[in-house]
Amino acid sequence: MTKMSKIVRTISGIAFPFAMIYGLYVIAHGHLTPGGGFQGGAIAASACAMILVAFGSKWTLDKIKEKRLSVFESLGGIGFIAIALLGLVFGAAFFNNFLTGSNFLFGTIPATGSGLADINTGGVLPLMNFAVGLKVIVGLFVIVLVMAYAATSFKEDKK
Amino acid sequence: MSTRNIAAVIVFSIVAVFFIFTALLMHPFGVPDESDMDDYIIDNTQEETGANNGVTAVVFDYRGFDTLGEATVLFTAVAGVIMIFRRLKND
Repeated sequence: MTKMSKIVRTISGIAFPFAMIYGLYVIAHGHLTPGGGFQGGAIAASACAMILVAFGSKWTLDKIKEKRLSVFESLGGIGFIAIALLGLVFGAAFFNNFLTGSNFLFGTIPATGSGLADINTGGVLPLMNFAVGLKVIVGLFVIVLVMAYAATSFKEDKK
Repeated sequence: MSTRNIAAVIVFSIVAVFFIFTALLMHPFGVPDESDMDDYIIDNTQEETGANNGVTAVVFDYRGFDTLGEATVLFTAVAGVIMIFRRLKND
Protein backbone atom coordinates (compact mmCIF):
# COMPACT_ATOMS: atom_id res chain seq x y z
CA MET A 1 0.00 0.00 0.00
CA THR A 2 1.57 3.29 -1.09
CA LYS A 3 1.05 6.51 0.79
CA MET A 4 -1.92 8.74 0.00
CA SER A 5 -2.00 12.47 -0.80
CA LYS A 6 -0.66 15.11 1.56
CA ILE A 7 -4.18 16.27 2.53
CA VAL A 8 -5.16 12.79 3.72
CA ARG A 9 -1.88 12.36 5.61
CA THR A 10 -2.24 15.70 7.43
CA ILE A 11 -5.87 15.12 8.41
CA SER A 12 -5.24 11.59 9.66
CA GLY A 13 -2.23 12.86 11.61
CA ILE A 14 -4.53 15.39 13.33
CA ALA A 15 -7.35 12.89 13.94
CA PHE A 16 -5.09 10.07 15.21
CA PRO A 17 -4.51 11.32 18.79
CA PHE A 18 -8.22 12.00 19.33
CA ALA A 19 -9.28 8.53 18.12
CA MET A 20 -6.52 6.94 20.20
CA ILE A 21 -7.54 8.87 23.34
CA TYR A 22 -11.17 7.89 22.81
CA GLY A 23 -10.18 4.21 22.55
CA LEU A 24 -8.04 4.42 25.69
CA TYR A 25 -10.92 6.20 27.48
CA VAL A 26 -13.31 3.37 26.61
CA ILE A 27 -10.76 0.84 27.92
CA ALA A 28 -10.07 2.75 31.14
CA HIS A 29 -13.79 3.24 31.93
CA GLY A 30 -14.73 -0.33 30.99
CA HIS A 31 -16.12 -1.08 34.45
CA LEU A 32 -18.28 2.08 34.53
CA THR A 33 -19.62 2.85 31.04
CA PRO A 34 -20.60 0.67 28.07
CA GLY A 35 -17.55 -0.80 26.40
CA GLY A 36 -14.44 -2.43 27.75
CA GLY A 37 -11.18 -3.96 26.66
CA PHE A 38 -12.40 -5.50 23.40
CA GLN A 39 -14.45 -2.51 22.23
CA GLY A 40 -11.94 0.19 23.19
CA GLY A 41 -9.13 -1.89 21.72
CA ALA A 42 -11.00 -2.10 18.42
CA ILE A 43 -11.43 1.71 18.38
CA ALA A 44 -7.72 2.32 19.07
CA ALA A 45 -6.69 -0.32 16.53
CA SER A 46 -8.84 1.35 13.88
CA ALA A 47 -7.03 4.62 14.65
CA CYS A 48 -3.71 2.82 14.01
CA ALA A 49 -5.16 1.31 10.81
CA MET A 50 -6.09 4.82 9.65
CA ILE A 51 -2.43 5.85 9.98
CA LEU A 52 -1.44 2.69 8.08
CA VAL A 53 -3.83 3.48 5.19
CA ALA A 54 -2.75 7.13 5.00
CA PHE A 55 1.02 6.70 5.26
CA GLY A 56 1.50 3.29 3.62
CA SER A 57 2.74 0.00 5.02
CA LYS A 58 6.45 0.56 4.24
CA TRP A 59 6.57 3.81 6.26
CA THR A 60 4.63 2.27 9.16
CA LEU A 61 6.81 -0.82 9.27
CA ASP A 62 9.91 1.41 9.30
CA LYS A 63 8.56 3.29 12.33
CA ILE A 64 7.24 0.30 14.31
CA LYS A 65 9.05 -3.01 14.35
CA GLU A 66 6.90 -6.14 14.09
CA LYS A 67 8.90 -7.92 16.83
CA ARG A 68 8.09 -5.18 19.35
CA LEU A 69 4.38 -5.47 18.55
CA SER A 70 4.46 -9.21 19.23
CA VAL A 71 6.13 -8.49 22.58
CA PHE A 72 3.28 -6.13 23.47
CA GLU A 73 0.62 -8.65 22.49
CA SER A 74 2.25 -11.40 24.53
CA LEU A 75 2.49 -8.95 27.44
CA GLY A 76 -1.27 -8.40 27.28
CA GLY A 77 -2.02 -12.12 27.20
CA ILE A 78 0.43 -12.98 29.97
CA GLY A 79 -0.90 -10.11 32.10
CA PHE A 80 -4.46 -11.37 31.70
CA ILE A 81 -3.55 -14.91 32.78
CA ALA A 82 -1.27 -13.62 35.55
CA ILE A 83 -4.10 -11.57 37.09
CA ALA A 84 -6.33 -14.65 36.89
CA LEU A 85 -3.64 -16.75 38.62
CA LEU A 86 -3.20 -14.07 41.32
CA GLY A 87 -6.85 -14.75 42.12
CA LEU A 88 -5.82 -18.33 42.81
CA VAL A 89 -2.99 -17.16 45.09
CA PHE A 90 -4.72 -14.40 47.08
CA GLY A 91 -8.35 -15.44 46.73
CA ALA A 92 -10.32 -18.63 46.46
CA ALA A 93 -10.21 -19.64 42.81
CA PHE A 94 -8.93 -18.95 39.29
CA PHE A 95 -10.40 -15.60 38.11
CA ASN A 96 -11.37 -14.70 41.67
CA ASN A 97 -11.87 -10.95 42.11
CA PHE A 98 -9.50 -10.60 45.07
CA LEU A 99 -9.18 -6.78 44.98
CA THR A 100 -12.85 -6.00 45.64
CA GLY A 101 -13.44 -4.84 49.18
CA SER A 102 -9.74 -4.50 49.96
CA ASN A 103 -8.27 -1.09 50.74
CA PHE A 104 -5.77 -1.47 47.91
CA LEU A 105 -6.14 -0.40 44.26
CA PHE A 106 -9.70 -0.29 42.81
CA GLY A 107 -11.08 -1.67 46.08
CA THR A 108 -14.07 0.60 46.79
CA ILE A 109 -17.54 -0.96 46.60
CA PRO A 110 -20.14 1.43 45.12
CA ALA A 111 -23.63 1.91 46.55
CA THR A 112 -26.22 -0.42 45.00
CA GLY A 113 -28.44 1.28 42.45
CA SER A 114 -27.72 4.12 40.07
CA GLY A 115 -25.56 7.03 41.11
CA LEU A 116 -22.30 8.82 40.43
CA ALA A 117 -19.59 6.45 39.24
CA ASP A 118 -16.24 6.20 40.98
CA ILE A 119 -13.19 5.17 38.92
CA ASN A 120 -11.62 3.51 41.99
CA THR A 121 -14.01 0.53 41.93
CA GLY A 122 -14.22 -2.84 40.26
CA GLY A 123 -11.37 -4.87 41.79
CA VAL A 124 -9.40 -6.66 39.09
CA LEU A 125 -11.81 -5.70 36.29
CA PRO A 126 -9.96 -2.48 35.25
CA LEU A 127 -6.62 -4.33 35.25
CA MET A 128 -8.07 -7.11 33.09
CA ASN A 129 -9.58 -4.48 30.79
CA PHE A 130 -6.13 -2.93 30.36
CA ALA A 131 -4.53 -6.30 29.59
CA VAL A 132 -7.22 -7.31 27.08
CA GLY A 133 -7.21 -3.81 25.57
CA LEU A 134 -3.45 -3.94 24.95
CA LYS A 135 -3.85 -7.37 23.42
CA VAL A 136 -6.69 -6.30 21.10
CA ILE A 137 -5.02 -3.04 19.98
CA VAL A 138 -1.77 -4.75 19.03
CA GLY A 139 -3.41 -7.93 17.71
CA LEU A 140 -5.80 -6.21 15.28
CA PHE A 141 -3.10 -3.74 14.20
CA VAL A 142 -0.64 -6.56 13.49
CA ILE A 143 -3.22 -8.39 11.36
CA VAL A 144 -3.88 -5.28 9.22
CA LEU A 145 -0.18 -4.35 9.04
CA VAL A 146 1.04 -7.78 7.96
CA MET A 147 -1.72 -8.13 5.35
CA ALA A 148 -1.00 -4.66 3.91
CA TYR A 149 2.75 -5.28 3.77
CA ALA A 150 2.29 -8.70 2.13
CA ALA A 151 -0.07 -7.18 -0.47
CA THR A 152 2.50 -4.47 -1.27
CA SER A 153 5.43 -6.86 -1.67
CA PHE A 154 3.23 -9.29 -3.66
CA LYS A 155 2.33 -6.50 -6.10
CA GLU A 156 6.01 -5.52 -6.44
CA ASP A 157 7.01 -9.12 -7.19
CA LYS A 158 4.48 -9.28 -10.01
CA LYS A 159 5.94 -6.24 -11.81
CA MET B 1 -40.98 -35.79 -10.76
CA SER B 2 -38.15 -38.05 -9.76
CA THR B 3 -37.97 -39.95 -6.47
CA ARG B 4 -35.23 -37.63 -5.34
CA ASN B 5 -37.45 -34.55 -5.69
CA ILE B 6 -40.35 -36.23 -3.89
CA ALA B 7 -38.07 -37.13 -0.98
CA ALA B 8 -36.78 -33.56 -0.87
CA VAL B 9 -40.33 -32.14 -0.75
CA ILE B 10 -41.30 -34.54 2.08
CA VAL B 11 -38.22 -33.69 4.14
CA PHE B 12 -38.73 -29.98 3.52
CA SER B 13 -42.36 -30.08 4.71
CA ILE B 14 -41.44 -32.00 7.86
CA VAL B 15 -38.69 -29.49 8.73
CA ALA B 16 -41.00 -26.55 7.93
CA VAL B 17 -43.72 -27.93 10.24
CA PHE B 18 -41.18 -28.31 13.06
CA PHE B 19 -39.94 -24.75 12.56
CA ILE B 20 -43.47 -23.33 12.56
CA PHE B 21 -44.39 -25.20 15.76
CA THR B 22 -41.18 -23.98 17.44
CA ALA B 23 -41.96 -20.41 16.41
CA LEU B 24 -45.48 -20.71 17.87
CA LEU B 25 -44.11 -22.12 21.16
CA MET B 26 -41.58 -19.30 21.69
CA HIS B 27 -42.00 -17.05 24.72
CA PRO B 28 -42.87 -13.37 24.07
CA PHE B 29 -40.06 -11.00 23.16
CA GLY B 30 -38.20 -9.52 26.14
CA VAL B 31 -39.74 -11.89 28.70
CA PRO B 32 -37.32 -14.74 29.50
CA ASP B 33 -38.68 -18.05 30.77
CA GLU B 34 -36.19 -18.31 33.62
CA SER B 35 -35.07 -14.94 34.97
CA ASP B 36 -33.43 -16.14 38.20
CA MET B 37 -29.88 -15.60 36.97
CA ASP B 38 -30.71 -12.20 35.44
CA ASP B 39 -32.25 -11.02 38.70
CA TYR B 40 -29.30 -12.31 40.74
CA ILE B 41 -26.76 -10.52 38.55
CA ILE B 42 -28.76 -7.27 38.48
CA ASP B 43 -29.19 -7.29 42.26
CA ASN B 44 -25.72 -8.42 43.37
CA THR B 45 -23.23 -7.22 40.73
CA GLN B 46 -22.40 -3.94 42.41
CA GLU B 47 -21.68 -5.31 45.88
CA GLU B 48 -19.98 -8.52 44.72
CA THR B 49 -17.66 -7.18 42.02
CA GLY B 50 -17.68 -3.46 42.74
CA ALA B 51 -18.30 -2.61 39.07
CA ASN B 52 -21.17 -0.40 37.95
CA ASN B 53 -21.18 -1.95 34.46
CA GLY B 54 -22.92 -5.29 34.74
CA VAL B 55 -21.83 -6.50 31.32
CA THR B 56 -18.13 -6.07 32.13
CA ALA B 57 -18.72 -7.76 35.48
CA VAL B 58 -20.21 -10.79 33.74
CA VAL B 59 -17.55 -10.90 31.01
CA PHE B 60 -14.47 -10.52 33.25
CA ASP B 61 -15.65 -11.88 36.59
CA TYR B 62 -18.59 -14.30 36.46
CA ARG B 63 -17.60 -15.71 33.04
CA GLY B 64 -13.84 -15.20 33.15
CA PHE B 65 -13.09 -18.49 31.44
CA ASP B 66 -15.13 -17.43 28.42
CA THR B 67 -13.02 -14.29 28.06
CA LEU B 68 -9.86 -16.36 28.36
CA GLY B 69 -11.10 -18.42 25.42
CA GLU B 70 -11.89 -15.27 23.46
CA ALA B 71 -8.39 -13.92 24.04
CA THR B 72 -6.98 -17.27 22.90
CA VAL B 73 -9.06 -17.07 19.71
CA LEU B 74 -7.64 -13.61 18.99
CA PHE B 75 -4.09 -14.83 19.65
CA THR B 76 -4.60 -17.81 17.33
CA ALA B 77 -6.00 -15.57 14.60
CA VAL B 78 -3.00 -13.23 14.78
CA ALA B 79 -0.55 -16.14 14.79
CA GLY B 80 -2.27 -17.74 11.79
CA VAL B 81 -2.33 -14.52 9.75
CA ILE B 82 1.34 -13.84 10.47
CA MET B 83 2.27 -17.43 9.58
CA ILE B 84 0.43 -17.36 6.22
CA PHE B 85 1.75 -13.99 5.07
CA ARG B 86 5.30 -14.58 6.28
CA ARG B 87 5.48 -17.57 3.91
CA LEU B 88 4.07 -15.50 1.05
CA LYS B 89 6.70 -12.84 1.66
CA ASN B 90 9.65 -15.24 1.56
CA ASP B 91 8.77 -17.12 -1.63
